[in-house]
Parts: sequence; structure tokens; C-alpha cells
Amino acid sequence: MPLSPEQIQHLARLARLAVSPAQAGEARAQLNGVLKLIDELRAVDTAGVEPMSHAVAAQAAAGQRLRADEVTEPDRHAEFQAVAPAVERGLYLVPKVIE
Amino acid sequence: MLDASLSELSGALGRGTVSSVELTQLFLGRIAQLNGALNAFITVDAERSLGEAREADARRAAGRAGPLTGIPVAHKDIYCTRGMLTTCGSRMLANFTSPYDAHVIERFAAAGAVLLGKTNMDEFAMGSSSETSFFGPVKNPWDAGRVPGGSSGGSAAAVAARMAPAATGTDTGGSIRQPAAFTGVCGLKPTYGVVSRYGMIAFASSLDQGGPMARSAEDLALLMNVMGGHDARDSTSLERAAEDYTRELETPLAGLRIGLPREYFGEGCAPEVLARVREAIAWFEARGARLVELALPNSRLALPVYYVIAPAEASSNLSRYDGVRYGHRATDYADLADMYCRTRAEGFGAEVRRRILIGTYVLSHGYYDAYYLQAQKVRRLIARDFAEAFERCDVIMGPTSPSTAFALGANVDDPVQMYLNDIFTITAPLAGLPALSIPCGFDAAGLPVGLQLTGNHFAEAKLLGVAHRYQQESDWHRRVPSGTPL
Repeated sequence: MPLSPEQIQHLARLARLAVSPAQAGEARAQLNGVLKLIDELRAVDTAGVEPMSHAVAAQAAAGQRLRADEVTEPDRHAEFQAVAPAVERGLYLVPKVIE
Repeated sequence: MLDASLSELSGALGRGTVSSVELTQLFLGRIAQLNGALNAFITVDAERSLGEAREADARRAAGRAGPLTGIPVAHKDIYCTRGMLTTCGSRMLANFTSPYDAHVIERFAAAGAVLLGKTNMDEFAMGSSSETSFFGPVKNPWDAGRVPGGSSGGSAAAVAARMAPAATGTDTGGSIRQPAAFTGVCGLKPTYGVVSRYGMIAFASSLDQGGPMARSAEDLALLMNVMGGHDARDSTSLERAAEDYTRELETPLAGLRIGLPREYFGEGCAPEVLARVREAIAWFEARGARLVELALPNSRLALPVYYVIAPAEASSNLSRYDGVRYGHRATDYADLADMYCRTRAEGFGAEVRRRILIGTYVLSHGYYDAYYLQAQKVRRLIARDFAEAFERCDVIMGPTSPSTAFALGANVDDPVQMYLNDIFTITAPLAGLPALSIPCGFDAAGLPVGLQLTGNHFAEAKLLGVAHRYQQESDWHRRVPSGTPL
């Protein structure tokens, strides 16, 4: 099912990607080519087949491994914030959200 | 020395014929000589590398050297390295100095290996040609007008051109094996969960797996002895006893059952590629292996399954790049939502944006069941085909890629054409299986052809053994690219 320019703008909003009308037009043909490829799946009979979310059955059967609820990491916030675009007094700065 | 295997380098270091500092200087010199033409490395820090080499020499003098102590290894720029630029080939992370090391980086450091530099790659590992990098395309050492494959194309080119004796890569749909095939080197994608993904920048988490790239199967085994093993920080890392991946290198071939899926030998594959692969298979048959014809009927659906699951997981993983905590931030924006949208539009290249949009679509309301859930079901059908096949054979063989290296720019405007390069490599990650590519000859243009060996879960040592037997009696893996003579 080919995507309309409006649908592409909607997806871009969901994905938080700014897409200009020109880019949306260019992307449309390529995205629709990919959709045509993946649409082959819709005709496959998968009645009774369990979805496979993990590649190794043993791991899937064991389930998510849980660790003990203990502090294992030291405080390294200064190091981690050193790579942030904008920081003040240990806080990440973003544009004002609430007036 | 540039052309030596890891065990030869290890021997030379042990005898004192060469020091790690000398070896590191040798490879740094080779990088300085060739990287301008090949663009295989994004970051090289000679001072840091030589510092590590001095430590390795001191460690050897103190009698605490292991097999890889003092040997320079290049790392794909997807592995976080503390205090060093880690870009993942993207503008989004072009300024990102990692505050921590990936598990794989820690393992190589603990083994005393020298970090030689960070290799170029398709942006966020999304590509089959290493052309989507923000840092420009990597060139194939066999022909600089051709791609080295991708996404681990920088690592592949570095190993092929003897700029590094070995390198790491990552493989989600073929990103270790296809560039290995295109550049005439060897690459192993291990069983999912064998190599920790901690600090390996995420693309598609249910498929991503790190692995080694080198010039022989024996070298891959030595690298796997360092890379493999449990890590509690990766929730999908398997809790298994440590393995010696060299243990089957000398296992005889007699009685080996080689599965030949008819789907791998049909149309859509270059005749010269098929001819070289058939010659290699005949070599195994002549040494006592038995050929088993089989079918993987659902593998024709692997491409659509992959291009639902991988973009879905990518769109989720890449939502972390918000311009707040690290990486690129747009300079002009109206409000917070606009900052996110512009930061991501500027930071991501066209292929990454495309995959985020596809992933967002297949996960969106009303389409999740039809695409994502359906793809996970068909993924199980593909895995079942392999499970049945491995009841009848020990290793599956076929071509790694349907063609040899293609020209730069040939597929950049047609994503579906580009995706078709992955047709033989995407099934193994979907089924979580280990798979290996080794060189098995050349086409008429002098470009390398790759033979792919796929094994059952945890059959890495067997695959490496089978490949090693072949390499003991062939020299395809020893050929030096014509464009980068020693």
C-alpha cells in the first residue's frame, strides 16, 4: 500500500524528524519501493506460528535475566554530562516547555 | 611483518624479533600511507596506540603476555572507546567522545592488544557499501572505484590492505561477512548472544552481533577467544562456559556433511561467483566431505522479514538521539519538539532517516500486527527451516554475496537494489546462527569471491576448523590487493 505525502509527514512527526515537502516527495518513491518489498509478507500463512522475538531458543525460554537490586555504578555524572550539548549546575538544558 | 598472521606476530613478539612499539609504528606508517586513498579509518591516535604498545612490551617483559599482547587491532567505530571519538559513521555522533569502553574494547585491552584506530562504516551500520558514512565512502583496496561492502567496510579494507592485522566488525544482516567477501578477507558473525553488545552502538537489537575480521580462520579463532564470553551488562549475553575457538582447527574433514540449499544456487547470483563457490565445495568433497542437497523454502522471505524487523528496532533504538544528552544539537529551533525534529533531521543521513520512517510505519497503530508481528512469525519459519536442515548436515555452504564488489555509487539511489546484496547473509542473523565468509577465488575482473559457511548455534569452532582445513591448502586468503602492494 503506497504512502501518501500526508502519511509521510505524519510518520515524520511520529519519528521526530523534520522533513521538508521536497524531501518527502523524494523519500516517497524510495519508501514505497521498500513497502512493496515488505508487503510480500502479508500473504504468508502464519496461522498457529508463535512470533520469534529472540534468536536463541534457550535464552527465550530462560526469560529476562534479573540482577540483584544493588548499587553497582559509581556517580560519574560530570563525565557523562561533559558530552552533553548544554548543561548547567548538573542539569541538562532544553528549551522552555511550560510557560 | 605487514603480511604476517596473528600467530606469526605473536611468535615474533615472544622471541623478541620485534617489539609491540615497532609493530604498531609499522602499521601506523601503513595507515598514513594508504588511508588518504582508502578512507578506512575515521580516527587514528598514534600517541595513544604507541602508549598501549609500550605497556604491552612492559607486560611481555614482566612475563604476563597472552597470545594477542602487543598486537595492533583496529575497531569498527561502532564500539565505544573511552576518551576517544566514537562516531558510528554519523554526523549525529561526530563530536561524541565516549565516557566508557564497550565490553569488546575492554576485552582486547585486558588481552594486551593495541588499539590501532577506529574504522569507517555505513552510518549506524545501515548499508551494504560503506558509502553512507558522514565521513565519506570507503574504497575497496582491490579497485578504488568499487565499494568494500558494508557496513564494516572500513575494517574489511584495513585488513585487506594490511593496514591492520585484524579488526572488529558488527553484523546485523551481513555487515561482517559481505565486506569480508568483497575485500578478500575472513569474517565471522558469531551465534547471537556470544559476544556482548555492551557499548556497541545499537542498530537492531535482536540481530546485532559483534565479531572478528582477519586474514585467516585461524586468526579469527584467536580473536574469538578474546571477544566471546558472558557479560552481565548485556541482558542477551548467554551464560555459557568459556570456549577455546581454536579447538577444532585440526579436525579432519572426512565425514563432514555439507548442506547445499537449492535457494543459494539459483538465479540472481553472478555465474562467476557460483562457479568459484562450486569449485570450493568440490574441493571439500574431494577430501571426504559428503554433499547433502536441501531446501530452505522460507529463505525467499528473509529480505522482507529483515526489512521490517531491522528498521522497527532501529527506529526504537535511534529515538535516544534527541540532542539533549550527547551528540549533535541543531542551532536554530522554535521549541523543544522543533529542536528534536531539526536535530534528528540534521544529524541523520538519508538512509538512516529512511529506515526510521519505515520502522515507525511498521510499528504504528493499525500496522503493527500486519507487519511487525507477521515478520516475527515468518522469522520463526525461517529459523525452523535451518533447524531441520541441521538435522541432515553439519555446515551449510553457498555464496556470501550474489556479486563481487560493485562500483561506487551504483546502488545509492535505489535502496531495494542495495538491500538485495544481503540476500544470502540476512538469514543467519534472523535465525541467530553463526556464519563465516572466507575467500574462495576471483572473478575475471580480479575481484574476490566469498564462500559462506553457516553452522548450527554455537558451531563457531567447527566452522573455523572447516575453513582452516581449506586455507591450509589454498592461498586465496593470502593474496595481497593489487591496489595496495606490500
